[in-house]
Amino acid sequence: MTQLALVIDLNVCVGCHACVTSCKEWNTSGWAGPMVDQNPYDASPTGTFFNRVQTFEVGTFPNTETVHFPKSCLHCEEPPCVPVCPTGASYKRPDNGVVLVDYDKCIGCKYCSWACPYGAREVDEEQKVMKKCTLCIDRITDPKLSERDRKPSCVLACPSSARLFGDVHDPDSEVSIAIRERGGYQLMPEWGTKPANHYLPRQKTQMHIDQDELTRVDNPLRKEDLTTYTGEETLDDVAW
Amino acid sequence: MHPAFSVIFLTTLIGAGQGLYLAMVTGQLYAIAQFVEAQKDQFYAIGSLVALVFLIAGLVASFFHLGRPERAWRAASKWRTSWLSREVIILPIVMALVFAYAAAHWMGWTNPLFQLGASLQVDVTLLLGIVGTLASLALFVCTAMIYAGVKFLQEWHTPLTVTNFIFFGAASGFMLAAAYSAYIGNPLVTFFGTWAVILTFVGIGSRLMHLRRNGRIKRKSTVQTAIGVRHNALVQRSQGAMGGSFNTREFFHGQSDRVVDMVRYAFLILVFPLPVLLIGAAHVTESPNLPILAFLVQFVGLMAERWSFFAEAKHPQNLYYQSVA
Ligand code: SF4
Ligand code: SF4
Repeated sequence: MTQLALVIDLNVCVGCHACVTSCKEWNTSGWAGPMVDQNPYDASPTGTFFNRVQTFEVGTFPNTETVHFPKSCLHCEEPPCVPVCPTGASYKRPDNGVVLVDYDKCIGCKYCSWACPYGAREVDEEQKVMKKCTLCIDRITDPKLSERDRKPSCVLACPSSARLFGDVHDPDSEVSIAIRERGGYQLMPEWGTKPANHYLPRQKTQMHIDQDELTRVDNPLRKEDLTTYTGEETLDDVAW
Repeated sequence: MHPAFSVIFLTTLIGAGQGLYLAMVTGQLYAIAQFVEAQKDQFYAIGSLVALVFLIAGLVASFFHLGRPERAWRAASKWRTSWLSREVIILPIVMALVFAYAAAHWMGWTNPLFQLGASLQVDVTLLLGIVGTLASLALFVCTAMIYAGVKFLQEWHTPLTVTNFIFFGAASGFMLAAAYSAYIGNPLVTFFGTWAVILTFVGIGSRLMHLRRNGRIKRKSTVQTAIGVRHNALVQRSQGAMGGSFNTREFFHGQSDRVVDMVRYAFLILVFPLPVLLIGAAHVTESPNLPILAFLVQFVGLMAERWSFFAEAKHPQNLYYQSVA
């Protein structure tokens, strides 16, 4: 069975919000109608978003680290938001595991949002129905698009390639390899929701340079060299 | 959680309506057993119609909770998995049974259909009363399970939520029955008043246990598990929006701790000691007005209780919405 998902690399996310804007741009122009905003150009602007980038600070100043944290629906494998829906508007697609809302059936009771521990669902205040990330279902299932473009909008927009997209049930997919080899993890595993989206942890990037690597001690020409050096440039100073 | 007035009205109004209906049926049962004197059929009929009015008012309130009320009929489809769907189905059933019970009394369909044992004459009203009582109890359970069934809201995810809903609903319904009897000068006011006090007592006991439990709750999720970074010093600096979002509006009550505390003390007084004193005083003075006042005071208290119930609950999604900028 296929389970499409995003894998988000917190190690390279720079918090630029490109995924947020491209998500909004694509999905507000789609067949499902606009994602409405209130007061977009006034004080306290607010509106419907599928994807938000949040920022957390780890540690105590001056030893702090900034973690930019993109958050959208995680397309849980055991989605608690689906069974509570009284109308069947919320469902999980059996063919690719994407969790969707049928905007024509939703009565806007908001019960599903109570049943999502991640706050991934947002009511559209104008259309009065529940909305959430669709993994750009209209892009990824569109055979008219080229293979390269058949990806969620946020993935294509990310300038640092912090967002990977693929089938987490296929052990050879890019996302499965990333999860396996780079310690991919799930959010709030304590609830048993089994989110399909994973996050790759921050890593310390350290380089160790030895004195030997700066001055060659094993230069064979040195062995029989009779010259007395007085600080001038020698063959050892040439970068190989 | 943000207390929504539509839901506060829905749960308190249908609670009182169901309770009043249960009181009518209880009255009839006691009369059959000859513990209290039998009433005219009209008494039960009008009482049940008042209960029906409360149920309808609750139903109307519930529509204000929906973004798309014109599609509400769709909500009956997922009764296999959703308590909300189950409530949507059982509420009209209860309303129909309450109406049928009232109609059967009004029309005087009291000729015994058959006889059980030596003396129990079973008529249409008794059958409807028993089926209606079961349906009404099922409705209490469905309503409460909408809240108790969400495991993420740890304050609600307990059987105490169900007992609170049942006993508070029944208590306010019996209060209403006492008020109704007092209003029309019926002697059953003491009978209903006594039951109202007993049910209030049990309800407040369950609610106090609930408050005690919630005071010691151990949160399953932390900001560490929320973003998956294991570090003690972890604070949010931005939530991705400056002007708030659905997440900040739906899941925060937006009141100071002082207000929340005050509402809690207010409901503890309005639901229990005050109405019990009023009913007691009504018994001594035989006043026709005090039971009505007792019901009203307790009803306001129960609305405060429901507000408090919402304000108490802390959703794990709030971990992602700690700081604006
Ligand atoms: S992240 Fe929330 S909305 Fe998305 S599938 Fe999981 S529980 Fe449902
Ligand atoms: S808001 Fe819509 S999708 Fe969510 S539970 Fe209600 S009907 Fe279902």
